[in-house]
Amino acid sequence: MSRVRVLVGTRKGAFVLTADGKRDRWQVSGPHFPGWEIYHLKGSPANPNRIYASQTSGWFGQVMQRSDDGGATWEAVGNKFEYDGVTGTHQWYDGTQHPWAFARVWHLEPALTDPDTVYAGVEDAALFRSSDGGATWQELPGLRRHGTGPSWQPGAGGMCLHTIVLDPANPKRMYIAISAAGAFRTDDGGTTWQPINRGLRSQGIPDADAEVGHCVHRIAMHPSRPGVLFMQKHWDVMRTDNAGDSWQEVSGNLPTDFGFPIDVHAHEPETIYVVPITSDSHHFPPEGKLRVFRSRTGGGEWEPLTKGLPQRDCYVNVLRDAMAVDSLDPCGVYFGTTGGQVYGSPNGGDSWAPIVRDLPAVLSVEVQSLA
Amino acid sequence: MIRVALPTHLRTLARVGDEVAVAIEGRATRASVLDALEAAYPVLRGTIRDHVTRERRPFLRFFACEQDLTHEPPDAPLPDAVARGAEPFLVVGAMAGG
Repeated sequence: MSRVRVLVGTRKGAFVLTADGKRDRWQVSGPHFPGWEIYHLKGSPANPNRIYASQTSGWFGQVMQRSDDGGATWEAVGNKFEYDGVTGTHQWYDGTQHPWAFARVWHLEPALTDPDTVYAGVEDAALFRSSDGGATWQELPGLRRHGTGPSWQPGAGGMCLHTIVLDPANPKRMYIAISAAGAFRTDDGGTTWQPINRGLRSQGIPDADAEVGHCVHRIAMHPSRPGVLFMQKHWDVMRTDNAGDSWQEVSGNLPTDFGFPIDVHAHEPETIYVVPITSDSHHFPPEGKLRVFRSRTGGGEWEPLTKGLPQRDCYVNVLRDAMAVDSLDPCGVYFGTTGGQVYGSPNGGDSWAPIVRDLPAVLSVEVQSLA
Repeated sequence: MIRVALPTHLRTLARVGDEVAVAIEGRATRASVLDALEAAYPVLRGTIRDHVTRERRPFLRFFACEQDLTHEPPDAPLPDAVARGAEPFLVVGAMAGG
């Protein structure tokens, strides 16, 4: 019988939630790495027992962890992230140029076919790759050097590369997103990059439709249609049908189009999910109602999903990496909150139930579908 | 041997107890002790000093013999009691309130 394994990164450790295919009874293990911030952990599609985790601390810096038994045991691997060559500068909060300085790993993206290859998105924004299971890391410097790098500047949460999307049909193509620089694409395996922000409009920057400077929060793709991307931007939900060459807004009837995560149904490439948040200054759901919104039309028309979710007095947030879908049928959808709840839906969002209620603030949620 | 006491999270990471003992060649300084510590426990590399700059992480402190040695030069000699192994060299996480 199929199983699922949900990997939860929190402010104070990692948790592994497991269930069989019914997804109604859960076992919880953790905290792993108690007391540390676990920004993200993710399993290899090529070997689900191989999981990478980003373990960070304001005191002790960055540690990288790897499991080869599905999260039961862990081994610390390489944690040296050194920018390639001359470090260079980017724009700082006060408008001056500021040297790139490594702070932490925000996102890990294991390669689709090789469990020893994994990409890391870091703050200050850069993309690193390991080809030896995390023992050593090398920057793909073409991203920072493609020309616009010195004009990038951090958002309030830091200048982080938080999204890495690999094209399953074209191993040379990948997409990344940076707050607050925007989205970028490579078509040559990471050697050269181009901004892909045409069609984005952001009121918080001097030139609303600038080439870079947009605060992209998250990008999602369905593997069957790698040229179609969905984006939750600081404000606005967007889609592209041409691999990012141009974007169109699909916020439609959402109560607010501010939010952080976005994801795509495992079997329906036009079914997408977002969690609307009141505004950039009010990071909680509108009206105290925690609602996932689902569009079955690839955006534009949205329906609230509320069954099993708190519909009063709820003031949590759902962060950009804290939503995931499994590949079972029906598709399961999961998200974690800053209040420490992890909610799961075994039926594509029709109904929800908390898997756990009282974890530390959830930073990331990933799910593995296991045979 | 130099005795080094680590904060809880680094003990867990290095899978050691309250103290570890490291051997150094030459004069006992903060730099030589941390070099020996990182050589014996590579998992600690980057957690006390930045990997690239080799600078102390801002929220870590170094104490010994009831003195705060945090702002001493890295190559300054450590107290004789530390060099003799009579007193530990303390790596301490700065206190956080809230």
